[in-house]
Amino acid sequence: MDCTESRSRLHAYLDQELDLPSVVAIDQHLASCAACKAIFARQSALQSGIRKHAEYHAAPAALVERIRAQIGAQIGSAARQAPARAPRSPWRWLQHRPLQLGAAFAAVALVSWTAAIEYSHPRGDELIIEQVMSSHARSVVTSHLADVASSDQHTVKPWLSGRLDFSPPVVDLVGAGFPLVGGRVDYVDHRPVAALVYRHREHVINVFVWPERSIGGTAAGRTAPTPSASRRGYNIVHWTDGGLAFWAISDLNAAEMKTFAETYAGAS
Amino acid sequence: MALVRAVDDVCVPGAKPGRQEHRSAGQGEALSTDERSRVRRFEEIFATHLDAAYNYAHWLTRDARNAEDVVQEACLRAFKFLDSFHGESGRAWLLAIVRNTYYTWLKTNRVEALSVSFDEETMAADGGELADLESSFGSIDQVLQQGDAKRLINDALARLPEEFREVIVLREMEDLPYKEIAAIAKIPLGTVMSRLSRARKLLLQYLQQAKQES
Repeated sequence: MDCTESRSRLHAYLDQELDLPSVVAIDQHLASCAACKAIFARQSALQSGIRKHAEYHAAPAALVERIRAQIGAQIGSAARQAPARAPRSPWRWLQHRPLQLGAAFAAVALVSWTAAIEYSHPRGDELIIEQVMSSHARSVVTSHLADVASSDQHTVKPWLSGRLDFSPPVVDLVGAGFPLVGGRVDYVDHRPVAALVYRHREHVINVFVWPERSIGGTAAGRTAPTPSASRRGYNIVHWTDGGLAFWAISDLNAAEMKTFAETYAGAS
Repeated sequence: MALVRAVDDVCVPGAKPGRQEHRSAGQGEALSTDERSRVRRFEEIFATHLDAAYNYAHWLTRDARNAEDVVQEACLRAFKFLDSFHGESGRAWLLAIVRNTYYTWLKTNRVEALSVSFDEETMAADGGELADLESSFGSIDQVLQQGDAKRLINDALARLPEEFREVIVLREMEDLPYKEIAAIAKIPLGTVMSRLSRARKLLLQYLQQAKQES
């Protein structure tokens, strides 16, 4: 291979778009041609410079929300304009006065629940929340939900106990609409923790459990499920019971997460 | 990104996304199975590639507000023409729509301002003088190790004519293979290569100039 040919393939070489024989041929040429080698080195430096320094503009959250809202509105108006396709208006129930009242109460309850999110959790939990979110996202994205896949709590619990220095309560919540998927050992807050996986419709719920760090050796108490964070589409609920800390996370909405956490805490 | 939750968000007529707490469960049933699967298909592409779409639009328009307008319009178009997506690369499909939207937007907004600078710079980049330039360049390591390397690089990128800027953005920031870049910009593979080659030579030239000025 001569200089002209090797330089004409410079970019394809840099971008790893060449087949192996061509790569080998260029490598050989570069080993013996200082001029071409200098050109390649400069281009390669430019490439890493761009990759390192070029500003990546991620979509602003407000834009994401605006687009979703617009599409939601489009679908909504289409659904209302096409009664043949949607014969039962989903909004009809709103016309019943008692239901309107109920809806208003529910809204108030949900607003307080949301408001609680903003004020309740201590800053020290921030790190744990981030880790819980990453672990949850990782488990969903990689589809690695369970090391022991079983809907039987009597299979999951001993499996976890055998691998951890504590025994997490594994409860059966099928009756409440939250079937158990399984369990795995994860790593949060600088220690191995139990991750219990439940499902609700297509939504995955991870419950992370580990022994609470007691401050000054005070006996562990019991705190009711409290919403800890609501961000990036995830709702996180935290509670403690019997010396164990529980962090439940899912993309379920806040109301459903509340139900789940309360059912779980009540059953364990 | 929570796909399923996001789909539920979109499924709720008039819902305020991100404030899902304000709706009661069950409203999502308002949509037929067809519509749900449509929204879900869209959401898969949207949620995964929105950042790429915005970054691309931002580098095309060089302006945050205009980028938002272009991406928003592009996403609405994408949803409308979802049936034209046949499961190839969702990213290439969405970015191609962003690109089309950008050019439509450009026509209605400011044709003249951009086309002038484009011609000038393209001419400058053409011809044999690039070969000479190439060998006359010293090392750019010096430039890249300066404290303001970030500014220099971003300025150089912004200065590139958009035809060249876009291939660099797609190649270096999105790490796309030539084939996908060709599909997005609707140009042959050979043109992708020649544009990348020109773009990189121009960038080196800009950086060299910046170095001499400093």
